[in-house]
Amino acid sequence: MPFSSADLAAIGLTLRLAGTTMVLLLVLCTPLAWWLAHTPSRWRGPVSAMVALPLVLPPTVIGFYLLVTLGPNGPMGQFTQWLGLGTLPFTFWGLVVGSLIYSLPFAVQPLQHAFEAIGQRPLEVAATLGAGPLDRFFTVALPLARPGFITAAILSFAHTVGEFGVVLMLGGNIPGVTRVVSVQIYDHVEALEYTQAHWLAGGMVLFSFVVLLGLNLTRRRIPSMVQ
Amino acid sequence: MFKALAVVGFAFATLQAAHADQVSVAVAANFTAPMQKIAAAFEADTGHKAALAFGATGKFYAQITNGAPFQILLAADDTTPAKLEREGKAVAHSRFTYAVGTLVLWSAQPGYVDAQGAVLKTGDFKHLAIANPKLAPYGLAATQVMDKLGVTAALTPRLVQGENIAQTYQFIATGNASLGFVALSQVMADGKITSGSAWQVPTNLYEPIRQDAILLEPGKDSAAAAALLKYLRGDKARAIIQSYGYSF
Repeated sequence: MPFSSADLAAIGLTLRLAGTTMVLLLVLCTPLAWWLAHTPSRWRGPVSAMVALPLVLPPTVIGFYLLVTLGPNGPMGQFTQWLGLGTLPFTFWGLVVGSLIYSLPFAVQPLQHAFEAIGQRPLEVAATLGAGPLDRFFTVALPLARPGFITAAILSFAHTVGEFGVVLMLGGNIPGVTRVVSVQIYDHVEALEYTQAHWLAGGMVLFSFVVLLGLNLTRRRIPSMVQ
Repeated sequence: MFKALAVVGFAFATLQAAHADQVSVAVAANFTAPMQKIAAAFEADTGHKAALAFGATGKFYAQITNGAPFQILLAADDTTPAKLEREGKAVAHSRFTYAVGTLVLWSAQPGYVDAQGAVLKTGDFKHLAIANPKLAPYGLAATQVMDKLGVTAALTPRLVQGENIAQTYQFIATGNASLGFVALSQVMADGKITSGSAWQVPTNLYEPIRQDAILLEPGKDSAAAAALLKYLRGDKARAIIQSYGYSF
């Protein structure tokens, strides 16, 4: 067995974190992406820039600010304590919050592009046929935007799997709770356990390649299915 | 053409000269504060420059064995320098103990940690921060203390681990962990605890944290490297090292 039980725990935790983050991001980002695709508001620019921030910020910046704001003396930490939830650093849900921010653009941008690609025309046609706004969204826009949803799901999942800096700063390296694969690899390398590091790191390379290959294939197939 | 070559040649010559006076040092995270002071004194006294990199000793080991151009390693333990010497990555017989580290149980809150460390058994805290025992000698020492006190089983579910002693300090300083084991040097300046409350762990509860320095292969012929190693054993450096709570 090339993987120790600690490695397997890290793999399981990573998949759980990435899955949770992906589902939450799709739910949260759909309205946001819809708004960004259609609003004439002057806030569109600043909000777009905010959404794209995690693309350019070093994970250490995100990790550092989360550690401070989610901590017992930070505003978010005081809020979560007031809610009776305690503080989020060193917990699974703390990592989820970090991942939501870290992977946000990877969910919002494909969705926004998909909504923009549909254009106004199909929605207007549906409106003339008597479809209300919600009906138009669920029966016209959502099916047409399917490729965008698939891309957003795959990218936000894969990007969360690849997360390292935020987890390192916010996680506390607790086995089964916050020690994800990337941190486990880091520990192996620092402890000079190169064989174990190779198994996990090689697995990550293979996983990422398969994900991107799959994404490429779905991108080619889906448009023809839609038309 | 000729002029350009001359300019390049001159630039190269000055670069060489500057290089000869500079020593690059990999410094264990726990020794950050004292080393910054020592480097400043060293530069003022000798005219040499010391370029310092701070981090985990294990990481430095991996970087050095893979060709990182550090000239001196100030490790957090005595096993890593010995290993480098055996593997021919360091100059033989250049190894010496520059400091013996002291472990401290520290909280950012004043009055939280009592003078006997009883809070470990009685405290109602949620998180106790230690450095990763697999990677950091201070983390290993922390586990020895908990073993000796018989509180390991009770405390294990509450442990959070920093990648090194500097990150462990961060967890406690931001209040995310109520208390934790760090190096005395991190919370002490001029012989006093600078903030929060602390219990200086008795040295019979853990193996001595001997921190060794070693001259690495790339520093073999460097005058600045030799000067810095000598300076570290001098009175001025020792006074600084002691003021941060290390012994010899």
